[in-house]
Amino acid sequence: MSGTFKLYVGSALVMLMAALVFGTVAAFVFLFPALGAYLPFEQLRPMHVSAALFWIITGATAGVMHYKKEVFGEAREPFLQRAFMVLWMATTLSVFVFYVFRKFGGREYWEFPPLLGVPILLAWLLLLVSYLRAWVRRTTPAPLYVWMWTTGLLFFLFTFIEQNLYQVPWFRDYYLRELTVQWKSNGAMVGAWNQMIYGTALFLMVRISGDEGIARGRKVFVFWFLGLSNLMFNWGHHIYNVPTAGWIRHVAYGISMAEWIFLINIIRGFRSKLDEHRKFEHLLTYRFLIASELWIFLNLFLALLMSVPAINRYTHGTHITVAHAMGTTIGINTMILLASLSNMLRVDELPATRKRWIGHGRTLALASLLVFWCALIGAGMLKGYRDVALGMTDFQQMMRPVLTVLQVFAFAGLGVLAGLGVVAWNYLGALRKLNQ
Amino acid sequence: MRSVLAILLVLFATYSVLVYEYGHGDRDERANTAVRVGIRIWQEENCQSCHQLYGLGGYMGPDLTNVVSQRDTMRIRTFIRYGTGRMPAHALSDVEIDQLIAFLAWVDRTGTRTMPPEATHWTGTYLLEKP
Repeated sequence: MSGTFKLYVGSALVMLMAALVFGTVAAFVFLFPALGAYLPFEQLRPMHVSAALFWIITGATAGVMHYKKEVFGEAREPFLQRAFMVLWMATTLSVFVFYVFRKFGGREYWEFPPLLGVPILLAWLLLLVSYLRAWVRRTTPAPLYVWMWTTGLLFFLFTFIEQNLYQVPWFRDYYLRELTVQWKSNGAMVGAWNQMIYGTALFLMVRISGDEGIARGRKVFVFWFLGLSNLMFNWGHHIYNVPTAGWIRHVAYGISMAEWIFLINIIRGFRSKLDEHRKFEHLLTYRFLIASELWIFLNLFLALLMSVPAINRYTHGTHITVAHAMGTTIGINTMILLASLSNMLRVDELPATRKRWIGHGRTLALASLLVFWCALIGAGMLKGYRDVALGMTDFQQMMRPVLTVLQVFAFAGLGVLAGLGVVAWNYLGALRKLNQ
Repeated sequence: MRSVLAILLVLFATYSVLVYEYGHGDRDERANTAVRVGIRIWQEENCQSCHQLYGLGGYMGPDLTNVVSQRDTMRIRTFIRYGTGRMPAHALSDVEIDQLIAFLAWVDRTGTRTMPPEATHWTGTYLLEKP
């Protein structure tokens, strides 16, 4: 592992910690605005969201770069890859400098001045060229995880460019067009990094089980195509209530309902998962992976309900959407990324005391996340009922009981912060000692 | 396998072009100069951190999709300039406030943020009538 790569992995973990701290502080400022005298909510929210995004993307690319070395048989780290890491880290840091000086300007989730999109795009191109060079030189047919990494990298590039199409007047000058394209790209971009992350999860499962068959064969590819179709066409559920052309809603609804097949497949595979769990539960890497599978089940069920427009009418714009986002980013993405880093940093070889701390941190984070998730769903149901069913127009009156439920969410957030904080801290320790 | 992937990619490319050209329906109206500046102010003041448009955005304050048709302009101007308990005051000039309101009025004219119950079809989807 090169010095640049170690720094890159370290920056991912710092982003995770920053996302947790900013998120927790923002939750309390949301409930008690007087606390935001020095760091107001409108500054904390982009800091939290961008830190979370950079944790996920930096962690996902770290996994791809590290494991592809083994899969493609690379002898040393390509120069372009190193250039990507340096440019990416420098841009990430710049984003926060802009936030500190209250310089905003982008779209939701990317709220920094749009000029910073240029180095992000350049960095991604460097990574992509470096990756594709190795990809075309491979000698054996690619297993599924390699296809997932490749499509993830390509789709991130496409969706990032699409997300910035609002710079072109033809898009920006029509609100509904701009909003539609914005959420088309946002929805597909989540699918793009999920391809990279799920690809790494599959690679790790192959490695743990020693069974290469789970990444090859007809069935796994059929499921991948189904996932890819969702990435491409199901984004319309974000904008069901926007008066776009009706076919956008119908296509998104139809494609989203195909996800029931994933849910049924998870339920069918439950028994074999139990056997597998008994065999590998001593491994921390495996325990993080299995935690993500539980969250896939919970979130998929929630997503399926939210994808029915008649239900979405009550859930859209409420904290149920936040519950889904948090369940995905913390419960699924973060758990897989921690599994990936656990394997990368050889956490399973750490002294027993450290492993115990990581295990306790994981348990605390997962238990708190469940309370946090349920509180958000409760708050969302309450808001949806008061807003849509009762038709309340006074916002403060509508939100009064919702804020009480959100206190549970904020305190559960402290548990997520403590739990994942302990894990990230111990990972940073493991990273520091690596190669010593 | 490659052929399935190729078909999916062609479908995606076609769908993207259709969405860009026809996806926005027929309620859109071209932005004028004041609206364009209003969009920039909305972004630079990071209003989306706390407010939603069509239920998309932050959760601290109310959804502003139809605020212009529901509240009088003087009240909106006061809220922007002086803030409230939760909302910060914004140091904007009179012209800038007008441009921000022009942007919100432009959004307002595209539709309503909530779906009327009669728009829900028995299949679970929405069927929207033209205004």
